[in-house]
Amino acid sequence: MSTVFNWIHTHQAIIYIVVLMIFVGIEVIGSVPSVLHTPLMSGANAIHGVVIIGAIIVMGKAEADNYLALALGFLAVVLGTLNVVGGFVVTDRMLEMFSKKKKSS
Amino acid sequence: MEYNILSFIYLLASVTFIIGLKMLSHPTTARKGNAVAAAGMTLAIFGTIFLYNEEGASLGNYGWIFAGLAIGAVVGTLAARRVKMTAMPEMVSLFNGMGGACAALISIVEFDHLMHLPGLSGLLLVLMSASALQGLLLIILLGLIIGSVSFAGSMVAWGKLNGSLRDFSFRGQQAFNIALLLLILGLATYLIVAMPANALPLFYVIFALSLLYGLFFVFPIGGADMPVVISLLNSFTGVAAACGGFLYDNKVMLTGGILVGAAGTLLTILMCKAMNRSLTNVLIGAFGGNTATAAAGQSQGSYKEISLSDAAVVMSYANKVMIVPGYGLAVAQAQHACHELEKLLTAKGVEVGYAIHPVAGRMPGHMNVLLAEADVSYEKLLEMEQANEEFPTTDVVLILGANDVVNPAAKTDPGSPIYGMPILDVELAKHVIVNKRSMKPGYAGIENDLFFRPKTSMLFGDAKKVLQDLITEVKNS
Repeated sequence: MSTVFNWIHTHQAIIYIVVLMIFVGIEVIGSVPSVLHTPLMSGANAIHGVVIIGAIIVMGKAEADNYLALALGFLAVVLGTLNVVGGFVVTDRMLEMFSKKKKSS
Repeated sequence: MEYNILSFIYLLASVTFIIGLKMLSHPTTARKGNAVAAAGMTLAIFGTIFLYNEEGASLGNYGWIFAGLAIGAVVGTLAARRVKMTAMPEMVSLFNGMGGACAALISIVEFDHLMHLPGLSGLLLVLMSASALQGLLLIILLGLIIGSVSFAGSMVAWGKLNGSLRDFSFRGQQAFNIALLLLILGLATYLIVAMPANALPLFYVIFALSLLYGLFFVFPIGGADMPVVISLLNSFTGVAAACGGFLYDNKVMLTGGILVGAAGTLLTILMCKAMNRSLTNVLIGAFGGNTATAAAGQSQGSYKEISLSDAAVVMSYANKVMIVPGYGLAVAQAQHACHELEKLLTAKGVEVGYAIHPVAGRMPGHMNVLLAEADVSYEKLLEMEQANEEFPTTDVVLILGANDVVNPAAKTDPGSPIYGMPILDVELAKHVIVNKRSMKPGYAGIENDLFFRPKTSMLFGDAKKVLQDLITEVKNS
C-alpha cells in the first residue's frame, strides 16, 4: 500500500494533469450538437496524433547501429504524421462543407 | 534555456488543444478551432525536433525524422484531400489506426531498449528501484496493448465501412473475447510482477494477442455502428498517446492524449444516446443484423407498390415535397441525383425540403455532409423538430433509404428496441413514397409498420437508379 502512496507522491503533477484533463475533456464538448459529432470525432482524432512527439523522441534517440529502433522509429514517425496531417485536413474538409453553405444562405 | 522554451511551447500547445476542441463543438467556430489545434500541434512538433534534449544530449537522426515527416505529410494530405465525402468516416478510422500503431511502435522500441540495457535484473541494480521499473513496464505495456487494439480495431472498422469486410461472429464470441482480454492482462501482470529474465518473447506474445483482440473486438459489431466504434477506438488511441506522455514525462502528450480520451468517451456515449441505445448494446450487438427478430415480424399484411411514372406525377403536381434521406442514399451515392431531382421539382414550382433526422445514416451529421457535397443549399435542410412541423402541410414525403428513423414503432410499441427514439412523423403528410432496395428490415433488424400503412407506397430499387429514372420521368411529365 505504501508503494502506491509513494508512487502518487512522486508523480503528483502528472496525476493532477490526468484528473483535471478528464474533467476538461468532458466539460469542453458537453453541449455539442449532433450535426458536429463526426467533425468533432475527426478533430479529436487529429489531436491524439500528438503521439508523433513520442515517435520523434524515439527516432531522435536511436543509436546509429540500432536498426530495430531506427526502422520502427521511422515507421512510427510516418504513421504519426499521417494521423496528425490527415486528421486535421479531413476535419477541415468536413467543416468547409458546413461553413460554405452557411455563408451562401 | 532552450529546454525551458520547449516547456513553454508545450504549455501553449496544450492550451490550443483545449481551445480547439471547445471551438470544434460550436458550428460557427468549428473550422477555426481545427486550425487552432493544428497550429498548436505544428508548434509542438517543431519545438520537439529542435529544442528537445535529454541529459544534455539533443536529438539526432534529423534526416530520418524529416524524411518521415515529409512522407507522412504528403501521403496524409493527398489521402485526406482526395477521399470522397461519403468515405470520410473510414478515412478517420484509418488515421486513427495509424495513431494507435504509432503508440504501439513507441512501446516496442522502448521495451527493446530496456532489454538491451543489462537486462531487467541488471537494470534493477544499476538504475532504479523495483517499483519505478515496474511503473515503467506498466506504462510501456499499456501503450502497447491499447495502441495495438486501437490499430487492429480501426483497420477492421475501415474494412467494414468500405465494404471489403463483412460482419463476422461465432457462437460464444463474447466469452472468447473476454477470455482473450483476461489472458492479455494476465500475461502483462506476470511480466510486470515477476520480471522474467528474458521477457522479450513474452512481450511479443502480448503484442500479437492485443492485435488479435482488436480484430475480434470489432468483427461482430454491425457495419452501421462503426462510427460509434471509431469514436471509442479514437478515445483508446488518446489513452495510448497519454501513456507516451507518462513514459517521457511529456506534458503535451499527456494533456492531448487524456483530453481526447475523455472527450472521445463522452462523444461515444453522446452518439449512442442520439440513437437511443446504450454503449453495451452497440458493442454486444444485441440486435445488430439479427435474423431471428427480422423473421418474426415478417407476416405483417401487404404493402403496395407505386410505379416510377406515378411517383413522378404525384411529386410534380404537389405543392410541397419533403425528402427524407437515409443510409440507403449514402450507400448508393445518390446525393447528386437527389439534388438534381430537387432542382427539377423546384423549377416546376414545387417547394422541396429535406428532413434530416439527427442519426440518419446512423452517423450523426452524415446526411448534412453528404448533401452539402452535392451543393444542396443549407437552408433546405430541416432538422427534425422543424421538419415535424412541416409534415402536416406536406403533400408527398419521399423516403430514400431511411428506415428506423421513420418507424412509428418508436412511438407506439414499448417492446421495440428503438422505442423512445424521436422519429420523423412522416405519416402526417398526405402521401409517403418509400424507396428501398427490398422489404428487408433496417439496421435495427425490426419490421417497419409504416410500409404497410394505406398512405404509404413502395418504390423498390437502388436509390441512385430510382432517382435518375424519376428525373427522366419528371422531365417528361
